[in-house]
Amino acid sequence: MTDGVTQGGLFAAWRAMLVRDLTLAMRRRADVLTSLFFFVIVVSLFPLGVSPEMAVLRGIAPGVIWVAALLATMLSLGRMFADDHQDGSLEQTLLLPHPLSVLVLAKVLAHWLVSGLPLVLLSPLLGMQLGLEGEAIGLLMLTLLLGTPVLSLIGATGAALTLGVRGGGVLVSLLVLPLYIPVLIFGTGAVDAGISGMDYEGHLSLLGAFLVMALLTTPLATAAALRISVE
Amino acid sequence: MALKDSIAWYHFSAPKNFYPLAGKMIPWFWGLTIVLLVVGLYLSFFVAPTDYKQGESYRIIYIHVPAAWMSMLIYLVMAIYAIIGLAWKVRLADMMASALAPTGAMFTFLALWTGALWGKPTWGTYWVWDARLTSELILLFLYIGFISLQSAIDDPRRAAKASGLLAIVGVINLPIIYFSVQWWNTLHQGASVSPTMEPKMATIMLTTMLIMTFAFWMYTIVIVLMRVRRIILERERQTTWVMELFGGEASGGKGEKGERK
Repeated sequence: MTDGVTQGGLFAAWRAMLVRDLTLAMRRRADVLTSLFFFVIVVSLFPLGVSPEMAVLRGIAPGVIWVAALLATMLSLGRMFADDHQDGSLEQTLLLPHPLSVLVLAKVLAHWLVSGLPLVLLSPLLGMQLGLEGEAIGLLMLTLLLGTPVLSLIGATGAALTLGVRGGGVLVSLLVLPLYIPVLIFGTGAVDAGISGMDYEGHLSLLGAFLVMALLTTPLATAAALRISVE
Repeated sequence: MALKDSIAWYHFSAPKNFYPLAGKMIPWFWGLTIVLLVVGLYLSFFVAPTDYKQGESYRIIYIHVPAAWMSMLIYLVMAIYAIIGLAWKVRLADMMASALAPTGAMFTFLALWTGALWGKPTWGTYWVWDARLTSELILLFLYIGFISLQSAIDDPRRAAKASGLLAIVGVINLPIIYFSVQWWNTLHQGASVSPTMEPKMATIMLTTMLIMTFAFWMYTIVIVLMRVRRIILERERQTTWVMELFGGEASGGKGEKGERK
């Protein structure tokens, strides 16, 4: 793997980084499962806290699942750079001849595969639990599929900014949650529109636009934040 | 001419040179603040006519709207200073950005608070999830994020850089958040109550509002200059010029409370 980094070009380094992060995550499955269970538990609290009536639950289901997804993503943000920072491999990454913002993208992709994609895959189950049906569940999955990568991308910037800062875990939520609001609005908006039989394509297009914009801008911000935090 | 100007800019971008300049500017801006505030408050309480729909309670608008404008303007200015600080490594710009944040947060809170007080007699409730109120609330969150990130990092240079980057990210996101909230609001609430005034606002009302805005603006400048002077002293406390300022000896004052470390 190290050969790939030294000999190969950018793509080799990129792939090595992705594979490494995924391997590390697979060797510490408990971490991944914790945020996944957190997601399930938070959603399951709502029927207990609000009402077991399916009509009520159906109304709040998209919002509840989306908010739980935001929180679960946030919970896993701390892991993105913290370990690398501690064992010094982050500094080595910064010294690579490749553009940091592109390498950051590999880490974000690994984070999404490990903590975003499972949420998407698990959401139909939770949707059914809250009384969503057929098309609405498909729509929920689709919005999460478009939205959770944005959460990982923005979250990466927040995680990089709070790297090694005391109280970083709570702080990152304070920084990142306000920035998540547009994704939340259009994610739940699409599902709500779908349930009430309205047109939801506009919402999906906007979510797609957020994804494209986040892909273009946040890696640069994350790379800058990493340089600030490590120097 | 241009060269001369740029030299002046460079000269005063050094904290050492800016410190006395700010000291000289403060009384002038205090004067402006007080004059504008007195005139503005007089106009808003005694000259501006009573609103035929809302009665006297509408007069809170003369605090509310300027505070809301200032809260947005300050965030923008803060982000501009952050860009200058990050791009050209001007320490003074970083200091200005961090000096602006508490005042911005204060105005945001003031706008929310007066909005709630105004909402009660007008809409019958302290809070509605109106697009403007919601985005103002989010702005407050952004300010709080900026301030807490800065205070969580011990190294002042790193703190300034990190929070500066956050301010830039925030200012890019602000329009997106604003429009999302607006769209969300129209989707969820239909024709909701909204604090729009009658399209033709009386000229005296507009004038009063502008005067109050300028009063708040000048107040912001005063407070920020005072705060930035403190920040300069705190960050430059190891330098000779600060030590000379406080009595010459390197060991600091004579038993006054100013001698920390």
